[in-house]
Amino acid sequence: MKTWDEVPFAGYILEPGNAESYKTGDWRSRQKPVLSQEKCTFCLLCWIYCPDGAIVRKEDAVEIDYYHCKGCGICSYECPSGAIRMKSELEET
Amino acid sequence: MVAGMVLALNGDEAAAYAVKQCKPDVIAAYPITPQTIIVERLSEFVADGELDAEFISAESEHSALSACIGASAMGARTYTATASQGLALMYEMLFVASSFRLPIVMSVANRALNSPLNIWNDMSDTMGARDCGWIQIYNENAQEVYDFTIQAFRIAEDHGVLLPVMVCHDGFIVSHSTEGVETLSDSEVDSFLPPRDPVYPLDVERPVTIGCVGVPEYYPEIKYQQEVATKKSISKIKEIMNEFNEDFGRNYGIIEEYRMEDAEVAILTIGSASGTAKDAVDEMRTEGKPVGLLKLRLFRPLPVKDLRKALSDVKVVGVVDRHISFGALGGALNMEVRAALYEMKDRPHVMGFPTGLGGRDIRVEHFIKIADELLKIAERDMLEEDYRVVGCRGPGCIGP
Amino acid sequence: MALKSLPLHEYLSPGHRLCAGCGEGVTIRQILKAFDEPPIICNATSCLEVSTTPFPYTAWRTPWIHPAFECTGAVAAGIEAAQKALIRKGRKKKWNVVLGLAGDGGTYDIGLQALSGALERGHKFIYVCYTNDAYMNTGIQRSGATPKAAWTTTSPAGRVIPGKTEWQKDLMKIVVAHDIPYAATVSASYPMDLQRKMRKTIQADGPAFILALSPCPRGWRTPPHLTIELGRLAVQTCMFPLYEVENGQYRVTMKPKRKLPVEYYLRPQGRFRHLFTPKTRQDIISEIQAHVDKKWEELQRLEQLT
Ligand code: SF4
Ligand code: SF4
Repeated sequence: MKTWDEVPFAGYILEPGNAESYKTGDWRSRQKPVLSQEKCTFCLLCWIYCPDGAIVRKEDAVEIDYYHCKGCGICSYECPSGAIRMKSELEET
Repeated sequence: MVAGMVLALNGDEAAAYAVKQCKPDVIAAYPITPQTIIVERLSEFVADGELDAEFISAESEHSALSACIGASAMGARTYTATASQGLALMYEMLFVASSFRLPIVMSVANRALNSPLNIWNDMSDTMGARDCGWIQIYNENAQEVYDFTIQAFRIAEDHGVLLPVMVCHDGFIVSHSTEGVETLSDSEVDSFLPPRDPVYPLDVERPVTIGCVGVPEYYPEIKYQQEVATKKSISKIKEIMNEFNEDFGRNYGIIEEYRMEDAEVAILTIGSASGTAKDAVDEMRTEGKPVGLLKLRLFRPLPVKDLRKALSDVKVVGVVDRHISFGALGGALNMEVRAALYEMKDRPHVMGFPTGLGGRDIRVEHFIKIADELLKIAERDMLEEDYRVVGCRGPGCIGP
Repeated sequence: MALKSLPLHEYLSPGHRLCAGCGEGVTIRQILKAFDEPPIICNATSCLEVSTTPFPYTAWRTPWIHPAFECTGAVAAGIEAAQKALIRKGRKKKWNVVLGLAGDGGTYDIGLQALSGALERGHKFIYVCYTNDAYMNTGIQRSGATPKAAWTTTSPAGRVIPGKTEWQKDLMKIVVAHDIPYAATVSASYPMDLQRKMRKTIQADGPAFILALSPCPRGWRTPPHLTIELGRLAVQTCMFPLYEVENGQYRVTMKPKRKLPVEYYLRPQGRFRHLFTPKTRQDIISEIQAHVDKKWEELQRLEQLT
């Protein structure tokens, strides 16, 4: 860990968005969202409702970023097409 | 007003005039007696187009300093002024400004704190804010206010310092007393004070996060870094002061000695009391009494080594505080001078004389009484009291 | 405008430490999507501030400053003033939007004075209050935003007193009384409404204010997946109507087709559990309903009047 003469000036953080390297995916205790690409209509509701930016928007599809997903279940509850199911962390996907 | 001339200014006007010449980008302030003249003059300068700055009439001192923090973090040269209750209301944000290492300059027209309400002078306000991480410079008269307001910006913004600076002058005694002030020309100020070169301003091109959560794993490192920076600023302050002296024919130091040659006892003052104390010393000297005077200009950071050096040959020091630290050893200055001298081999006795509370006059005869007391201590080689209040009626005090 | 047209950028990066299902995460992400380039953010002490910047990590990809709790309005004012001066003097090239972010404690209560001062002085900045109806950062204490009857740790549902005894402060009225160009309420459950309003704040010539309802699973005692649903219910019951006040003109932007009884909003939330168990406190529920009805009618009257 950094010493006082190594920490950045006045505790400023100079690398914007470096929290991205922090894994919040570990927080999922029981369930994780699993996406069915067939059912997905690319309406993007899950993308706009995820508190963690853990739904990654691609050209014409969405993907779940399990490194950051906290397993809140909002995406699954809100998906109008039933394309996201909450499954047990232990289950094979 | 014509620059580079002797102008009749009171302490507040001297501060305002110096600030104008320093060309701040943002001024945020709230009016409070006896600082009011400063904000009035600066408002006029802005309204008349003599000063190109944003003037924020904040709705409180807390917001005034908060606005300064925002503006300074953007890279603007930033100024505010306050006194007394206003400084007390700013207390929380004082720490934030210094911890962010923002070079804000603030004038304080020293005034007593409530209650009872008292608009007159003492130093309860800034002495109470001594541990907020700000540099504190105390001035004796309007000339010093003028000179050190200009130096304050230079000190604060120096990349070897980057700390906020309080420039203090005694309310009414200095703030409202008019004297001839030798001013510099605008171009002289410009050459002494280059435009601010901010280090990590809030900038969309280079986003920075200021004011994180300092978890226990990092908090001490971040704070010690600040402590080292504050300590180190002493040498920079001296350097800048010397440059100012050379450029403009002044003779300032962070501690100033007056008739200290062969002095057996020394009176140590801060702020405007020094003038009266000098008269007392003169009187004592004509009577052949070995009394000298030390005037402390820089209280934060405390110039420990300089204090030790200046007081190494005296037997007794009388420290004249202008406030009381309740339930301790008189005033803060007394305690700190004592602490600074404690590890000296032949340390002098140090006695405190809190005085001038809430605008009570400090007169020459007060200082003579103090000096006589110091001479008695020197003779006994023993201190009987840690401090005694001067200028107060009743048992245990030297009054009135 | 469609969701697809919203920018891909995430000015608030993943890896922040807000609770799972936190309404603040959704709200702030959506708010930042209204910007084409990063605003300069001044954040009050709050869950958001704490969860996004534990040293040495920051979730912010914008310039961001957090000085203290109650000073957001004042700090934003300083940032705005500095920009004005620096641009005028040629030391800064471009204007950047100044965005103040504060929770309900930092706005309704301790930060109200600084907000009022900044609104009165007319600084050009956007102030977003994300309210989760209590001091959640310190562990769920009542604030001026806490609704009547809600349980918090300082308005407990006791044997004698059933939760908070006072009505929620009508902050919007206070803000609107400053005659600022734009003020609106938003909910992340209605993302396009939020986007439209945020874009108006960016255009506003002077201070603009946004009040965003931000459901809090921990403090509201609700399951995290219900966050968006609760926002919807707040709007559909008219507990939190969506409206805007543009230059004094009121407009309700979301009129529920069928106004739902407040019970729909209260029942799923653990903070109102004492209204339903061990026995139903119909008296309190009716009182809340009557208050909501009165405020809703008042709002509609204001819309007609202005
Ligand atoms: S479960 Fe929650 S955190 Fe995970 S992707 Fe869905 S909405 Fe985002
Ligand atoms: S909400 Fe459902 S249908 Fe819409 S993009 Fe997400 S997964 Fe696809």
